[in-house]
Amino acid sequence: MKPTDIHDPGYYHQVVDCQWACPAHTNVPEYIRLIAQGRFDDAYLVNRESNVFPAILGRTCDRPCEPACRRERIDGAPVAICRLKRVAADLRGDVSDRLPRAPEQQNGKRIACIGAGPASLTVANDLLPLGYAVTMFEQHNVGGGLMRTNIPAFRLPAAVLDEETQIILDMGVDIRYDTPINSMRAVLDEGFDAVFVGSGAPRGKELNLPGRWDEVGDSHIHIGIDWLQSIAFGHIESIGKQVLIIGVGNTAMDCCRSSRRLGGKDITVIARRPRGFFKASPWELEDAEEEQVEILVNHAPTRFVVEDGRLTGVEFDILEWDEGARHSTTVGAVTLPCSDVILAIGQENAFPWIEKDLGVEFGEWDVPVVDETTMESTLPGVFFGGDSAFGPKNIIWAVEHAHQAAMSIHQHCQGLPVAKRAPFGMNLLSTKMGLSQWSYANDYNPASRQKMDHVELTKRFAQLDVEVELGFSVEQTVREVQRCLNCDVQTAFEAPLCIECDACIDVCPVDCLTITANEDEPGLKLKAPRTNADQGLYISDPLPQTGRVMVKDENVCVHCGLCAERCPTAAWDMQKFDLIVPYAGRSLPIVAVTSNGARK
Amino acid sequence: MPSIVKPLIPLATLPRNDLGLTPRNYEGAMSTLCAGCGHDSVTAALMQALFELSIPPYKVAKLSGIGCSSKTTAYFAGEAHGFNSVHGRMPTIATGAIAANRELHYVGVSGDGDSLSIGLGHLAHAVRRNIRMLYVIDNNGVYGLTKGQFSASADIGSTSKKGEANAFAPIDPLMLALSIGATFVARGFSGDKERLVPILKAGLSHRGLALVDVISPCVQFNDHEGSTKSYLFVREHEVSATDFVEPRETIVAHVPDQGVLAVPMHDGSQMHFRAVPAGYDPTDRAAAMHYLQDRHAQGEVVTGLVYADEGVPDLHELSGTPEGPLAAVPFDRLCPGADELARLQDSFR
Repeated sequence: MKPTDIHDPGYYHQVVDCQWACPAHTNVPEYIRLIAQGRFDDAYLVNRESNVFPAILGRTCDRPCEPACRRERIDGAPVAICRLKRVAADLRGDVSDRLPRAPEQQNGKRIACIGAGPASLTVANDLLPLGYAVTMFEQHNVGGGLMRTNIPAFRLPAAVLDEETQIILDMGVDIRYDTPINSMRAVLDEGFDAVFVGSGAPRGKELNLPGRWDEVGDSHIHIGIDWLQSIAFGHIESIGKQVLIIGVGNTAMDCCRSSRRLGGKDITVIARRPRGFFKASPWELEDAEEEQVEILVNHAPTRFVVEDGRLTGVEFDILEWDEGARHSTTVGAVTLPCSDVILAIGQENAFPWIEKDLGVEFGEWDVPVVDETTMESTLPGVFFGGDSAFGPKNIIWAVEHAHQAAMSIHQHCQGLPVAKRAPFGMNLLSTKMGLSQWSYANDYNPASRQKMDHVELTKRFAQLDVEVELGFSVEQTVREVQRCLNCDVQTAFEAPLCIECDACIDVCPVDCLTITANEDEPGLKLKAPRTNADQGLYISDPLPQTGRVMVKDENVCVHCGLCAERCPTAAWDMQKFDLIVPYAGRSLPIVAVTSNGARK
Repeated sequence: MPSIVKPLIPLATLPRNDLGLTPRNYEGAMSTLCAGCGHDSVTAALMQALFELSIPPYKVAKLSGIGCSSKTTAYFAGEAHGFNSVHGRMPTIATGAIAANRELHYVGVSGDGDSLSIGLGHLAHAVRRNIRMLYVIDNNGVYGLTKGQFSASADIGSTSKKGEANAFAPIDPLMLALSIGATFVARGFSGDKERLVPILKAGLSHRGLALVDVISPCVQFNDHEGSTKSYLFVREHEVSATDFVEPRETIVAHVPDQGVLAVPMHDGSQMHFRAVPAGYDPTDRAAAMHYLQDRHAQGEVVTGLVYADEGVPDLHELSGTPEGPLAAVPFDRLCPGADELARLQDSFR
């Protein structure tokens, strides 16, 4: 196989599993180390650079980083990355003087953002410091978008949301509340240099079954996201005793838990498919079940039962699924009594306000045609991001879309090609501090994942906005940070120095190193068989004495540095990898690669 | 010395042997030897051999003398018995231990200083008695613990780290052992575990004393140009006698006269065969000695299984001792009383 080019930032980036999985490339190991050192301000700012809303995301993120976490492959439970993000946000001091701010002199370019959700706010966050004037149109009298209307306060307290949205608005956004946009043409006519659409996917999916539109039944059948929004704005304060929630995604979880707080006693979430095929995140399911919500699988609704002008129940087919839950057969039917039904079966984009003759093309499902790299629509100067671009995703994707859109907008406003991107860069610096001394804590800590404590059940239902998760205690934080394996401290190898003494191979606790004749896979004979083809194989240049190669299977390396400690010639070194992510208006990233300074 | 202990990572993919143990069950304390020391590789090879033979660690007795090599018995099979003896006396202590309990697997680890200088006489008599043990010499040609003076195995003309040449003739432990009746003589190289592990496994399975001389470079004092026990020198001058293959169903392969032949083995791995000298017979003692001397004169290092004879009884068999360990013989049988003693003494009159 060809020698690995470790000077390509993409190689080591992939080794940092969490950062690789994060749409916004948050430098997770770095902020966890900063938390371990008690440097909460710095940890918060490392987060904010990439994900913009650390306190919000520390409570609500979909956490694509956690299933990817190396620790999961080691002891079955990922580092509680999301909870640690919240620790950094909760314990930080005043960082206001370290936040980006808008220059006094503007650059004369005007940008319109439609919606004041995470995507639009991120665009403003990236462009205001470059001198842009940002005008933001929001239909409600308060910002935050879906983070405010669809995430219940018991998961995300309003104060937390207000603080992080206000930071951006205070940078100088011209925010127009209570201003729903009814015409894209009208916006374009105002002569903005670019328009960013971050209006979300605001339409909850309907369930057109018999009985749905019976006059009286309708008032007890709710669309999940609209119902949550009504709660957020205080328009709804109660619900009936028996509630059925149709659908088993994260919105359904918020709906059932909200029902519990508004007076629902007998709450059932109805799933079409068996467990293991639910859309809800495992931890949200767990939290709902802790609140004694029942989850009923293999039921498909067929009819709303309305008797004497009153909704009395819903009829369901009982399904049986094949393995893999692809095909079902109906094996029976049942009517479940209820006072209210909440539909939480998905949501979709809706752009009735974008005139079809403007040049903004729409594809299937009324989704706009958007370039996945530039976030530009088919009408130059009009960009999309967040749920409005490709349908419902999550907050962290909205943030990343917005970073890309901001770069494109910056290019567009300078008359440069929007697709042009600065490449990813990296810094690679030795962590060697002395003989067997490193600038990171290299020992493996066998602690198990810390469990988040919750407010007692009796107390949490007293008020709608009692935050359920208490956050990690100091002790829990101290234990959890030590579970991080420092995947960004990379094993870097200099083949010309190796004397093939086998010391690194013998001392490696996970058998990830091999010296062997260079062959293409599967002929490559490794000390431990390769079990994860998604993880990199690090192939060295030919070794000086025998011409064999050093091979490292990155899959379960715990970055303990013992290979480097036992290396007599410093052929192995532990080097800290810093991914340099391009953002709008930043000059080209500096690429600084150091060798380990040993003799050659 | 490493800053941390090799962490125990609970990977589900660790291989297990017939006892259900993983290679991690054969580890000991962290090595305090220099980084890159050949002895650590020998230790790793020993662990691998014990693991692959599914020998329970508590059935192993580790013995050593004094020196870098002799520290290594602390670094493997942490649950095994162990005795760290006076300088050079490892073979003697081993003889006593083996006499008392023939049921354990004995692994002696010594060095060129411990076995070829101060302990030479003890080594010689252990070989003569053919006590049943694996006797490993970590041979690096220098006294590492006292900063690199020539040892008795240093070749004439090989140089110290400062460049001084050695003037005295070396003791080749294999030649010595062959000349006094050794029944298993082999040499390995710490930088080539693929061949060292099978040799150690053969030694652990041998009927009597298996002497395995392992060239184990001292990275600190003897890994330079001018050394004949450096990683590079051994790699460039290694010639092989024969390799050991565990008894399994016969695989027939034709080995070419020159070059290397790869033969797939039962476990799916490949064994590489090099042609041994035409007619080389590892049961011919005189031929083995001639081959060793001949290659040494060419400046080459012979590795592999040089000589083996499974037909010679070990010390217990020669002495007609009971089949069980003496340590387990009940006291009244071990010491039958004054009358019995008197009867015995009478029989000598």
